[in-house]
Amino acid sequence: MFLYNLTLQPPTGINQCIIGNFSGSKLQEICVSRGAGTTIEILRADQQTGKVTVVLSHHVFGLVRSLAPFRLTGGSKDYIVVGSDSGKITVLEYNPTKNILEKIHQETFGKSAVRRIVPGQYLAADPKGRAVMIAAVEKQKFVYILNRDSLARLTISSPLEAHKSFTLCYALVGVDVGFENPVFAALEVDYQESDQDPTGEAFENAEKVLTYYELDLGLNHVVRKWSEPVPASANHLIAIPGGTDGPSGVLVCSEGFITWYHQGFPAKRVTIPRRPPRRETGVEEDDAGKPRLIAASVVHRMRSSFFILAQTEDGDVFKVQVDYPPGAGGDIQGITAIRLKYFDTVPVATGLVLLKTGFLFVAAEFGNHVLYQIENLGDDDTEQTEYTSLDFPDPEEAEPDEISPVFFRPRALRNLVPVDEADSLAPLTDCKLMNLLPGEDTPQLYVTSGRGARASFRTLRHGIEVQEMAVSELPGNPNAVWTVKVDSRAEFDSYIIVSFTNATLVLSIGETVEEVTDTGFIGTSPTLAVTQLGDDALIQVYPQGIRHIRADRRVNEWKTPGGRHIVKAACNSRQVAIALSSGEIVYFELDAGGHLNEYGERREMPSGVSCLAVGEVEEGRVRSKFLAVGCLDQTIRVLALDPDNCLQPVSMQAVNAIPESLLIAATAENTAATNSSSTLYLHAGLQNGILLRTVLDPVTGQLSDTRMRFLGAKGVRLFAVKVQGQSAVLGLSSRPWLGYTWNDRARMVPLTYEMLEWGSSFSSEQCPEGIVAISANTLRILTVEKLGNTFNQHIVPLRYTPRKFMLHEPSNKFVVIESEHRALALDVLRKEAEEDMETEDGAENNEVEYPLPPEQFGVPKEDAGKWASAVRVIDPMKGETTSLVYLEENEAAFSVSSVTFYNDPTETYVCVGTARDVTLSPRTCSSGFIRMYKLDVDGKLQLMHVTPVDDVPHAMCPFQGRLLVGVGRILRIYDLGKKKLLRKCENKQIPTCIINLHTQGDRIVIGDLQESTFYASYRRQDNRIIVFADDTTNRYTTCTTMVDYDTVVGGDKFGNFWVARLPSDVSQDLDDDPTGNKLVFEKGFLQGAAYKLQRVCEYFVGDTLTSITKTALVPGGREILVYTSMLGSIGIFVPFQSKEDVDFFQNLEFHLRNELPPICGRDHLAYRGSFIPAKGVIDGDLCEQFSLLPWEKRTQIAEELDRTVPEVMKKLEDIRVRGAF
Amino acid sequence: MATGTTNSQLEHLQSKYIGTGHADTNKFEWVVNQHRDSYASYVGHHNLVSYFAVAENESVARMKFNFVEKMIQPCGLPIVRDD
Repeated sequence: MFLYNLTLQPPTGINQCIIGNFSGSKLQEICVSRGAGTTIEILRADQQTGKVTVVLSHHVFGLVRSLAPFRLTGGSKDYIVVGSDSGKITVLEYNPTKNILEKIHQETFGKSAVRRIVPGQYLAADPKGRAVMIAAVEKQKFVYILNRDSLARLTISSPLEAHKSFTLCYALVGVDVGFENPVFAALEVDYQESDQDPTGEAFENAEKVLTYYELDLGLNHVVRKWSEPVPASANHLIAIPGGTDGPSGVLVCSEGFITWYHQGFPAKRVTIPRRPPRRETGVEEDDAGKPRLIAASVVHRMRSSFFILAQTEDGDVFKVQVDYPPGAGGDIQGITAIRLKYFDTVPVATGLVLLKTGFLFVAAEFGNHVLYQIENLGDDDTEQTEYTSLDFPDPEEAEPDEISPVFFRPRALRNLVPVDEADSLAPLTDCKLMNLLPGEDTPQLYVTSGRGARASFRTLRHGIEVQEMAVSELPGNPNAVWTVKVDSRAEFDSYIIVSFTNATLVLSIGETVEEVTDTGFIGTSPTLAVTQLGDDALIQVYPQGIRHIRADRRVNEWKTPGGRHIVKAACNSRQVAIALSSGEIVYFELDAGGHLNEYGERREMPSGVSCLAVGEVEEGRVRSKFLAVGCLDQTIRVLALDPDNCLQPVSMQAVNAIPESLLIAATAENTAATNSSSTLYLHAGLQNGILLRTVLDPVTGQLSDTRMRFLGAKGVRLFAVKVQGQSAVLGLSSRPWLGYTWNDRARMVPLTYEMLEWGSSFSSEQCPEGIVAISANTLRILTVEKLGNTFNQHIVPLRYTPRKFMLHEPSNKFVVIESEHRALALDVLRKEAEEDMETEDGAENNEVEYPLPPEQFGVPKEDAGKWASAVRVIDPMKGETTSLVYLEENEAAFSVSSVTFYNDPTETYVCVGTARDVTLSPRTCSSGFIRMYKLDVDGKLQLMHVTPVDDVPHAMCPFQGRLLVGVGRILRIYDLGKKKLLRKCENKQIPTCIINLHTQGDRIVIGDLQESTFYASYRRQDNRIIVFADDTTNRYTTCTTMVDYDTVVGGDKFGNFWVARLPSDVSQDLDDDPTGNKLVFEKGFLQGAAYKLQRVCEYFVGDTLTSITKTALVPGGREILVYTSMLGSIGIFVPFQSKEDVDFFQNLEFHLRNELPPICGRDHLAYRGSFIPAKGVIDGDLCEQFSLLPWEKRTQIAEELDRTVPEVMKKLEDIRVRGAF
Repeated sequence: MATGTTNSQLEHLQSKYIGTGHADTNKFEWVVNQHRDSYASYVGHHNLVSYFAVAENESVARMKFNFVEKMIQPCGLPIVRDD
């Protein structure tokens, strides 16, 4: 078996985030690495609106672990330095004209993969742009000197070592020392002594130190210049501007403190205020009042000053400022104080970025990334206290624990205003694919994602979001709409022309849209086409003739010859072609004097004309060369329009239905077949809902390379529109689609909007790039943004981290279980409130809520072992919560299933596996429970009974009218009883912990937490479960799916995907054995079960898998595997059907590995086999990078594959379209 | 083959690659080395550290800090060598 892997949506979580002028212009760009570092993206925030758009997304086939912007002294362009898992340091340059990342340098220093002593984890650049340091978690550090050569190209030196054995590194920054020798600061701990000392004294005394590494540019070597003990809990460093801009040095952030250190100066320290303890008494027991670490920070330099935003683990952002005496002649000597003030609370970030335009980009560690506008710098905020280091004893005077804590009250946003959100599904905990919505032909993805109170239940539908700008009712049902400019030089459209069955309405576009009658258009007849002609004339084609309206309102009319009328028309700014009811085609062209002249001959078509199309006139040309004619005999004919062979047929294409609509459009593309930057396409929409896209040769008019796509159950109408500066194709069938180029790949994506009948591009001052469309009796103005998105989302907010969910089939409602560790449960809060009340006046209040809205501030923290949990019912049709049950007394939910018992076939119960007082390490609980609920018609949960069990039930599934439960490592079958569930059968052969279960017939597939999967069989005659087969590899399973009776697919914690299969002869033998003795008496093999599963596929996806589903994703498509990952990526595995295809793609993959090695230097095959050697899977993401290669390389590869480039491209597109989108 | 060169090669490996064993490596040292490797891998794989962060309900920064902190002494106090 061979599978083809494709990523449908790259991961959305961000692990690294930097800012710089990567394109070399004034514009600032954000460079992020997504997921576990598998994708690098360049983002741009609009200067005015702040909308964040993805400019470039590149799959690196490696794990990017650190990024740093690097700018040479005096340069204006930032390079991107990448530390990855390749054992190499890579310097990338963003090329904005080609929109690609170019590899400038790549230097190898160690083994590949994520290793303890191979650098890549930490990266720091000298602020003055002379060197970078790359460090590992332990021991190794390298410094590379970067410079420019005589041609101003970037050069890189050989590495200089700064290793120190037995030393762990926590953080690394480049200290700003002006133009003195570059200095890097690292937070380190030496563990050598504590490793040798069994008394533990050395461990107690192990010091964390701040070390300065100086690169001596003269001597070309690195020395440890200075080491200073810092608080033991230090975890983060912030470099302070130096030279003439500031006092230099670093801020060392530790639990509860920020301390300034610099060689030769006394340290200064300021406390990080804490959130107030929940109750006034007992600060010690209360986790809310515990000191916090700094999780992320950003330094913002202004012309003469700077400030720092530092964020704690709770998301509270503090503004930190440093006071220093103005030095004589730019020589700044130390600091006087650090000032710190609460700024605002935003989602906890993995990276903060401040743009010069006043926006703060928060790359959230979980949940949507947010862009805030800084409205206020918080200096005038008098409610918040400003703390300065002068209020606290200096570090040498007092130990950290001697300083009494200070508290602040977080409040709603004051200084920041959210302006844009970038969707992020991280952490994506579970996903189900099913089609529940009426009127949809493809399944939707239902996912639970996010953490804590920012978690959500999302419905993802394939397609891009549409913003509705205006909807206005019209007097009747129109059948067509156009927009037109009055002058070819005008920027915006002037009129909207709406055609009805017996009238035409003209609307003028201005501040408001209103009807006008003095335009020269005929209003008493329907219209067939409207366009702007020449410089300043307009043309209206209606069934009885053509009106040519000049700028001075003179009208020339051409009337149809007697008895005939116009059925179809096509026009551009210089040409008009019409088809008469007799089947004749009449052609007009604008002459130099501005007159519309009919061409002498008419061409009679063999059958009636169903549609016409003529391309746009290119800049500097007088005409478009071809006219495309769709005929009722199911053909598309191309006629020449050149004067010497006018209306002569040049090519023809037979199609399988009558063409409904045609469009000739040029698409900017990196095809370079003719070395031109754009390709001319003939798009044909057929009446059976198929869209054909054929390359139209711009010289000969020949048609080639046809691609087919099914759009819907209605004839396809095509319109040319503009989105984000590029021309796009709007295809209207039973749903609207948009075709455009994104990231060098042509995409055809549905718009998430209702059915439209006619569309046209629309441009006005308020809406420069829109679409005007008609639907029933309304006129709508729409815009499309976020072209990079594959899915459109509908969100239901949740309260706690969702764990799992399932569909309750009889009611079509989802049951979601949410549980949060280290969180304050509402019932604890209520009890405390009651206690407080009793001491006061004894009044009772059952309605409790968290004092701070948890959506912004998070659920209050508690100690480990405390849980908050809830069971929620969601109606996916209405997109709302119908029932919410909070679990009490430290109980948390871990599994959910629905079951219909044999004893009670009329009711489908919801069973939730919970446990009380769960600790994660060691894995214990005081008691587990199985809670049985009934779901009533209103979608409310009613508790039936609770069954105590002895461990955490992590997995449940219905099994032959009973319930199969994995209680810790024990597998049991329960049946329904009156007061509780009744235990019927038990198996204790599973080694660690059962985390998922699947059944088919008598067979049970058990996923174990550490040891992969087990196959078991239930023997009815003696009521036993017998494990008969297991896997040969230990895998830390996260999700599995049974794809057929013998095959299981799964994913593990480390990011591996695998397929394992029970040999068919074994499977057959066991099932055919009438006595069943083979099952019972077969001896174990290699200390395990009697039979072993065979590995079929192994593949490293690069991210922890959280769900795998077998389904068909497109209407009429094949069944494929859809997977989701922890950090929000969605991908597919498509099984190959023929051996030729496998050979072809294996060859293509082989060539691409050689021709296009991964940008960060990781070997592709080694990457896909990071944990277990890759087998049986072809990397479609790599294959699709074929389109990034230069044309010559593509031709060369295609030749080696005995194909042409378009054929290869078509194959790539085919396999994608057949499986997904 | 002179044993001298083999020894010096081994010493070179031991100083270059942490965790390279020798004849007297005991179980404790081996396990400590395994743990340090594991923690370094957790810190380096963002998906793993995120996975733990969600399970523990801590921030990613805190998890990374905890993991490096645990690398100092992952398996408790070293045992007394009986030689």
